[in-house]
Amino acid sequence: MRPGSENEVLELVREAMARSRRLELRGGGSKRQIGAPLDNVDEIDVLELTGLHGIVDYDPSELVLTVRAGTLWAEVERALATERQMLACEPLDVAATLGDAAGRMTVGGLVASGLSGPRRVVAGSVRDHVLGFRAVSGRGELFVGGGKVVKNVTGYDLPKLLTGSWGRLAALTEVTLKVLPAPEVARVFALKGLDAPLAWQCLARVLGSSVGATAAMHFGPGTVGAESLTVLRLEGFAASVAARLQALQALIGARHELHALSEAEAVGLWGSLASLDVLPPDRPIWRLSVPARQAPSLLARCAAVGDRWLFDWGGALCWLASDVDPERLRTEVAAVGGHAMLWRADAALRRRVPTFHPLPAGLGTLEDRVRRQFDPLGVFATARFAGGAHAH
Amino acid sequence: MSVAMPAVDESVLARRAQIVAALRTLVSVDGVIDEVVRMRPYESDALTAYRQLPLVVVLPETTLQVAAVLRWCHANGVRVVPRGAGTSLSGGALPLGDAVLLVLSKFSRILEIDAEDRLAIVQSGVANLAISAAAEPHGLYYAPDPSSQIACSIGGNVAENSGGVHCLKYGLTTHNVLGVRLVTMEGEIVDLGGRAFDSSGLDLLGIVVGSEGLLGVVTEVTVRLLPKPEAVRALLIGFPTVDDAARCVAEVIAAGIIPAGMEMMDRPAIHAAEAFVQAGYPLDAEALLIVEVDGPPAECDELVARIEQLARRNAAQSCRSSTSEAERLRFWAGRKAAFPAVSRIAPDYYCMDGTIPRRRLPEVLQRIRELSQRHGLGVANVFHAGDGNLHPLILYDANQPGQLERAEEFGNDILRLCVEVGGVLTGEHGVGIEKRDLMPEMFSADDLAHQQRVKCAFDPQQLLNPGKVFPVLHRCAELGRVHVHGGAVRFPELPRF
Ligand SMILES: Cc1cc2nc3c(=O)[nH]c(=O)nc-3n(C[C@H](O)[C@H](O)[C@H](O)COP(=O)(O)OP(=O)(O)OC[C@H]3O[C@@H](n4cnc5c(N)ncnc54)[C@H](O)[C@@H]3O)c2cc1C
Repeated sequence: MRPGSENEVLELVREAMARSRRLELRGGGSKRQIGAPLDNVDEIDVLELTGLHGIVDYDPSELVLTVRAGTLWAEVERALATERQMLACEPLDVAATLGDAAGRMTVGGLVASGLSGPRRVVAGSVRDHVLGFRAVSGRGELFVGGGKVVKNVTGYDLPKLLTGSWGRLAALTEVTLKVLPAPEVARVFALKGLDAPLAWQCLARVLGSSVGATAAMHFGPGTVGAESLTVLRLEGFAASVAARLQALQALIGARHELHALSEAEAVGLWGSLASLDVLPPDRPIWRLSVPARQAPSLLARCAAVGDRWLFDWGGALCWLASDVDPERLRTEVAAVGGHAMLWRADAALRRRVPTFHPLPAGLGTLEDRVRRQFDPLGVFATARFAGGAHAH
Repeated sequence: MSVAMPAVDESVLARRAQIVAALRTLVSVDGVIDEVVRMRPYESDALTAYRQLPLVVVLPETTLQVAAVLRWCHANGVRVVPRGAGTSLSGGALPLGDAVLLVLSKFSRILEIDAEDRLAIVQSGVANLAISAAAEPHGLYYAPDPSSQIACSIGGNVAENSGGVHCLKYGLTTHNVLGVRLVTMEGEIVDLGGRAFDSSGLDLLGIVVGSEGLLGVVTEVTVRLLPKPEAVRALLIGFPTVDDAARCVAEVIAAGIIPAGMEMMDRPAIHAAEAFVQAGYPLDAEALLIVEVDGPPAECDELVARIEQLARRNAAQSCRSSTSEAERLRFWAGRKAAFPAVSRIAPDYYCMDGTIPRRRLPEVLQRIRELSQRHGLGVANVFHAGDGNLHPLILYDANQPGQLERAEEFGNDILRLCVEVGGVLTGEHGVGIEKRDLMPEMFSADDLAHQQRVKCAFDPQQLLNPGKVFPVLHRCAELGRVHVHGGAVRFPELPRF
């Protein structure tokens, strides 16, 4: 089903409610390989939102862009680039990590998955740039949340709740984003051969200084090369990038050699981050969100021979390709205050292991109660994220 | 009082002695205050036109005590109002006559500073500025800086999603909080977020920040710390018209510059401030801009030069850039003293807080002037120009009969105007009781119901801070009813595998 208007979305949700059907919300489908395979297809209809298309309003000097949820992200990115602006959290098109072709990601999918790129380490995540939305909840009601100005605390911050909700609360029909000026200049630098603890330390020192790096990643050995590669990005006006580079050199130049990367090399690295093509194709991929300082020891404990990993956000985000026992990994990650999302795996593993790290009991109950307020009948409960007791 | 609060539950009042006695068993002996004279200081927050003595004041010291108090109150049907430092400008911490006022002032410890992962874990009663002070030795600070930062608590900041003059570049509280420890009305202790950047599952942290004490009581907060900028410089720019100043602001942003702060004052505010602190403000200007940039010194110099150019292109009459820290602080002195300065030209003032799309600024200011004439009350405007957050200060005299009511009506008209031009009712001060009844200007009944149902998930009995934020207190059972159009419901959610 591919509704062409918000009203049609409303009608279809109401119809699903009346006929006791379930709906799988889909944007471009670039992330549909995430989550448990849907075995109950006979009771699920796919609601594809790409028919809601087009930029509704974009005023660059207000830093606000309103767009229908099914619009391709690439199209919005082009409109932003024309005005030399960006979505600062730097969403990456990750379709290739799941064996799909890039270019299909929609704005609605971007918001519903809430996944940010490298600049998140300083610029905040997707949720920090969603100002408002229109949506149809599982109650068959159209509602709005947030507003269309950059500063707003009126009522509950529903845009935060909808961001990263993976289609479990409501069908987004329109979103309003906060956009920012794109940097005039970007330069990428690398350090070679650092071990993980040293890389974390080095990145932490840079991030804690006035250097103001806007990306801080570490590709483990055996990923982009035999040696590890620690990557930093400086952005801004030309004069400030020059000043920041000087500061960077003063901070770590004495101990480590700083290699300036060419634009092509930088593009290649960002491509590898988006596609994870530097991780072995035959192992499940885990996305670990952890306190940055825990990344090196955690990876050392969990990665076996032949496993590969890289980390972003100074260590706070780890990508691990490994056959590690899911239970064990989740226990280790939880013990250091993090969580592990199963990103890519074969159908059998995805059927057995819940995609999202299960929540502690009290919190799980609370989350479930919130979800049921938006979707009491379970219209959007396709069991994609179940992997256990709940059908959501 | 023009705002109706929920009807007092007489049966609770009748049980007061018993409630006080029960609370005494749950917290330390001196943690319960029930004498009227000692409860007086708590009868209002910074929206002082509204006052109400609480049923009793309780000051727990640990998260477990908070949980015990809430669990007991929940089991016994007693309402609770949380309170931090009581600086809310929207009446969020206004007590209810039949509710326990739960005060977090004993939660005053900084638990940890992690300089390398750049975060601090603090108890919720810690003052905003105290976090930056504790982080200072590490070259770090906590960015959101409400003007009340010496006094207001981080728990209150979380509840109100507070901003400050630097939130244009560094964001509101919500952008700088990594996690909270929350106690629900049912007494359940949950950790939302934490030291990692994001959490598994729905973003409940995101919804708790800015929920004005309606979803739970925050006892601990994990905040992000930032490296202190190497250099900070400010510009002081005078314009012959508000239009010129507004155009300059838009062009600065269109030029790709996001200053750390960008503040505007109109003529009445400039004059009041100058008379009060002699900051050297240009008295011939119709609008004054303070623009602050921070970062490496070379970047600051570059940005100052670019902004000066844009100012001149937009007819600036005067433009000075700070060359020393003392000069920068002098530029700010008038703006920072704007509120007390205004209280010298009128016995009372009422501070509004709407946000508008910036492009509508000249028109909105013109209409505020018209409203000012219509209501017969003066107004001085200071605002966070970069993000369109207006703070009109309505001047009145509470001792003149009818003036407070007129000031409130004037304020409501300003907020309706903000919504009419595409803006919102509040940019940083919160809805509380003050803007509660205006919510339908911005949200439909369905919009509000979707917000209130979140409340129902956290607090089904609606015992926590009732009467705030939402104009009508629907029962959760009523809000929960599902309307199925043309069919019968076959599954009230059966698990499917
Ligand atoms: C002179 C002055 C200047 C101000 N300047 C600014 C400014 O620049 N920017 C800005 O945004 N605000 C400003 N404010 C408003 C105010 O300081 C903020 O809203 C502040 O965050 C309130 O904090 P508090 O600790 O005083 O909270 P309180 O006033 O005690 O409470 C505010 C709300 O939070 C709830 N609450 C408090 N603590 C908790 C907790 N631990 N758990 C759950 N709920 C809780 C209360 O129930 C209430 O609803 C200013 C106020 C004054 C008086």
